[in-house]
Order: sequence, then C-alpha cells, then structure tokens
Amino acid sequence: MSPETMTVFSPRLSERFDALMTKYPLKRSALIPMLLYAQDEVGYLSDAVISEVGMRIGITELEVRNVATYYSMLRFKPVGKYNVQVCTNISCMLRGAYDIYERFQDELGIGPKGITPDGVFSLEEVECIGACCWAPAIQINYDFHDELSPESVPGILASYRGKAQNEVPHA
Amino acid sequence: MPRLVSHPDEVKLVSRRFGLGAAQISRYEELGGYASARKCLELGPEWIITEMKASNLRGRGGAGFPTGLKWSFVPKQSAKPKYVLVNGDESEPGTCKDHLIFLHDPHAVIEGTIIAGLAIGAKMGFIYLRGEYRYLLEIMEKAVADAYAKGYLGKNIFGTDTEFQIMTHTGAGAYEVGEESALMESLEGKRGVPRIKPPFPAVVGLYGGPTVINNAETIATVPHVIEIGAAAFAATGSERNGGTRLFGISGHVERPGVYELPMGYNLKKMIYEVAGGVRGGRQLKAVVPGGSSTPVLLPDEIDIGMDFDQVGKAGSMLGSGGVVVIDDQTCIVEFALRTISFYQHESCGWCIPCREGTDWLKKSLTRFHAGFGVAKDIDNIKYLAENMMGRTFCPLGDAAAMPTLGFVKKFRKEFEDHLDGKNCPFAKHRIPQLTVV
Repeated sequence: MSPETMTVFSPRLSERFDALMTKYPLKRSALIPMLLYAQDEVGYLSDAVISEVGMRIGITELEVRNVATYYSMLRFKPVGKYNVQVCTNISCMLRGAYDIYERFQDELGIGPKGITPDGVFSLEEVECIGACCWAPAIQINYDFHDELSPESVPGILASYRGKAQNEVPHA
Repeated sequence: MPRLVSHPDEVKLVSRRFGLGAAQISRYEELGGYASARKCLELGPEWIITEMKASNLRGRGGAGFPTGLKWSFVPKQSAKPKYVLVNGDESEPGTCKDHLIFLHDPHAVIEGTIIAGLAIGAKMGFIYLRGEYRYLLEIMEKAVADAYAKGYLGKNIFGTDTEFQIMTHTGAGAYEVGEESALMESLEGKRGVPRIKPPFPAVVGLYGGPTVINNAETIATVPHVIEIGAAAFAATGSERNGGTRLFGISGHVERPGVYELPMGYNLKKMIYEVAGGVRGGRQLKAVVPGGSSTPVLLPDEIDIGMDFDQVGKAGSMLGSGGVVVIDDQTCIVEFALRTISFYQHESCGWCIPCREGTDWLKKSLTRFHAGFGVAKDIDNIKYLAENMMGRTFCPLGDAAAMPTLGFVKKFRKEFEDHLDGKNCPFAKHRIPQLTVV
C-alpha cells in the first residue's frame, strides 16, 4: 500500500496514539509526537497522514499543517531509507564538518537534499545536533556517529548498505 | 557513543554516576539515588525552597536565574493544576551536556523533577527532549517506567499519600522551543512561538496553570544539592554561583569534552590545561564562552572565572556553558556567517526585528564573505544588530545580534580584509546551503 492511499496507521502505532492522547491533560499535546512517530512509520507526512492525525486529535488539516511546518524534522516529501544528516554548525564546522559533507556528496553522488536512485540514502545539512564535544558528528535517521573524518565516510555508508540489503523489503 | 573524558581538576557531582550504569534503577539506588527525594518528602516544601535558595544554584539553561527563587514565585494556592516542565530541548550550538545526563543518569532528572514538584505542590511533571535525541528519549522512557514500577512515581510516591506523575515528550526540531514560553506552546501542540511576559510561567504557564520550567542540568543537579547540603554546594562554587557546572569544551582544542568544574573555574586554565590547549600547537584566536549566542572573547580576555557574574563583567555571558575554542587559522567572517545562518534558520518569524534582522544579517555577511562587501556594510551590520536587541518577545533576536556585534567590534580589521573584492585571507568560500522553509 502506498503512503498516499494508506488511511490508517499500523495497529501498533494506532494503539500508541490512543494511549498518548489520553495521557496528556489536553489531547492536542500529543500532536507533535504523533506527527513524528507517524513520519517514522510512513516516511514523511503525506496528505493521508496529516488528515488522519487531524481527525484523531480533532483539529483541521490546516491546523496540523500550520504546526508541522514549524518543526524542521517534519517533512512533506519522502527521503531515503537512511537519511544522512550532517551537522555543519560551529563546533562541527571547526573540526571539518564541510569536508565530511563533501565526502558524503562524492560517495553518494548526490547533492544537498538529494536521494540516491535506489532510494537507500538521502543527504542533508542540519543545524546543531547536540554532539559538539564529539565533533564532527552526523545522524543517520536517529543514530549518532561522532568524531568522524572524511575517511570514515565509506565505512559508515557500507554498514548501512549492508543493513538495507539484509532487511526484508516491505510488502 | 559520546566519549567520556576526565581531568584531575574536575569536581564530580552531577557527573559522578556517568559511566557507572546508573540508567538502571537498581544501580542508581546503590549509588545513593532517590535518597534526596525521600528526604524532601519528609521535610516538606518550605524546607526544600529554603535549601535551594541557600545553595546559590542558578539556572543552567543560560539565563542563570536563581532556582530557589524561581520556585518560590509559584503561588501556594492555585485553582488550576501546577506543573514542572524540564527543558531538555538542548539546541544551543556548542552545548551537549544534557545529552550525557539523559544517557548516563536519567533517574537524576526524574528525582530532580519529583523534588521540584514537591517544592511547588505540583502533581505532574513533563520532561521535554529535543526530537533528535530519540535514543535518549527511549532511555528516559524506560527510566520513568522503572520509577513507576518501583512506586517512586504515581498516586502514592514512596508509599506516602503524595501524588506525582511524569511524562516524557519529544520535540521535532526547533531551537526556539528552548525558550521557556515557546517550550510550553510546543508542549501544548502548537508552533513554538513565544508568549509575551508577564504573566510569567510561575503564575500562568502550561495549560494556564502555574509552571516551573528548569533546564535538564539544573534539575539533575537538585538531588545533589539536597544530598550534600546547600552550604556545601554553595561552597563548591564562587560567590553567588553555587556548585559545579558541566562545561562542554569544543572546537580547536586537543581534548574536547564535557568536564564538570566548579563555578568560577578559570577559563584560560580550562582551555590550556583541562582541554589540553589549542589543537596542533596553533595559536588561540577567540573563544565563544557559553554557546553560540554569547559574544566572543579575545585571548587577552579569558583570564576570568567562569561564573555568571564574572563572564558578564567581561562583556559576554556564561550561557549554556558551551565553550567553543577558535584557532588562528579560522576566518571570523565565515564563523560569524555560520552563526547568523543558524539564527536566521531558527527564527520563528513572529517578531519582525528578529525575522528581518537575522535575514539581512545573513545576506550581508554572505555577500561580505564572498568578497563583495563595501566599507559601509560593516557599520550596517552593526546598526542592524543593535536594532534587534531587546525588541523581540523572546531572546532569539538578542541571541543572534549579540555575537554578531561582538565579531564586528572585536574583529573589525578582519572584516576590512574582506572588502572590495579581496579574497578571504583564509581562502575558504563555504556558504551554508540550508534551505529556508
């Protein structure tokens, strides 16, 4: 089922949302976590996701979009299975973050915000990820990799390529 | 996994359980955990607040507001429920201390939250982590579940008739949400746009109820204050600056890392002895003492004690304690540009001086760094930054303007070296390519 035609989340996620909404003093507090968790499952905030989340919280799609566009981790287009996020903020920059970023571009053959043709990787430059003392650092999806050098880039990519191959493709 | 460092000058208080497996509740208790919460339950709110005031603990998020005083502002009687909100949205460039706290000592955050709740008479606390910290959120979630299972959270905490609940919460990427009123907006499921003050959160906060908002490091420090006593804690630091601080030293030093040092520890010593000096035997050019929003210090300005008052007197701020060290091979114009690019990206757009100011500063500095600057740009940059100061709801405008002013004032010559088509003396032309949503 493609994300655009998916009207409900997996039963597990659905259950998690039900629990979340009852825990907060106000249901709407669950909105941002729900959007992020939905994105983790679907890959991005598709129209169907936005509509479904809005319905569950009891607010309009417009309100959902109004909130979602504020947060930099929330996205409205698909990314690669592994989204490489290179921090180039000051502490990382001083220790060579732009060299790391360029190496990723070279190795992957894509530019900023690009996605590899096989859909395995995407690449973006991000703001401070809170790993300043272990700079330069990146995140691949939610995993941190720190104290990097350009030479460590191919090895990191190889390990994720291996992971992508070993995983059973989604039905 | 973030590497832990140590140095003989460290006074390990908040970090004393780091690396010892204290994320496990049994281990945390073996190492003295949850004794402070029990003690506070026994001695009551007034005692807690008196103790906190006497400790001279000041907010570790950046503003340095006295914690005990903040707690005392919450009205005793309130028609609406009161809340404790822990700010773990750690996003100030140069800052990664809370990262280690969540990773190594999540129960200290829980215990501190319980104590804050007892002090103000709240029955519920929220621990808000930035969205990027997913693996840390999972550690916090497990710690909270374990504390519930032990009966340390819930309707009858530690077997008493006192109730205290804790919920963890994830953000989704936003620096601005680190500002307390924007943090509340975000937790209420809205855009993280700041609220005007007054009313202050202590009176009208989360869901309209009185709310105490503390940085995660402040909260994790609280159980230690109770454990060693206010007097001993105050004596560890410098005048009016109690205790220790997790200083994050990053940038061009030999041994970057998070070091726990007494408040008032000498900055020069911190760089040259604790962090091993400037990397590769190069010369020091500048130091950003407390996260990217704090004005830069020159090498001859760093013989100062690192506490809120002394760094303030030196014309900068202690901020979040993130010390960023810059060597002599670095282009300050590029550094200023990278800094302002961040604030331009993160400005929420609510207040015009910040929204327009950060954008124009980025444009000016971009042009400048590319070699197309003209002499009056330098004064324009200064004029723009000066006119952002104090003219916005939240301090993001100031946070963008202050460092820019510092760079222009202290490195005017280097700006002039970029004028009229001259190449950057450091020959790097990298302009941040972050897209603006």
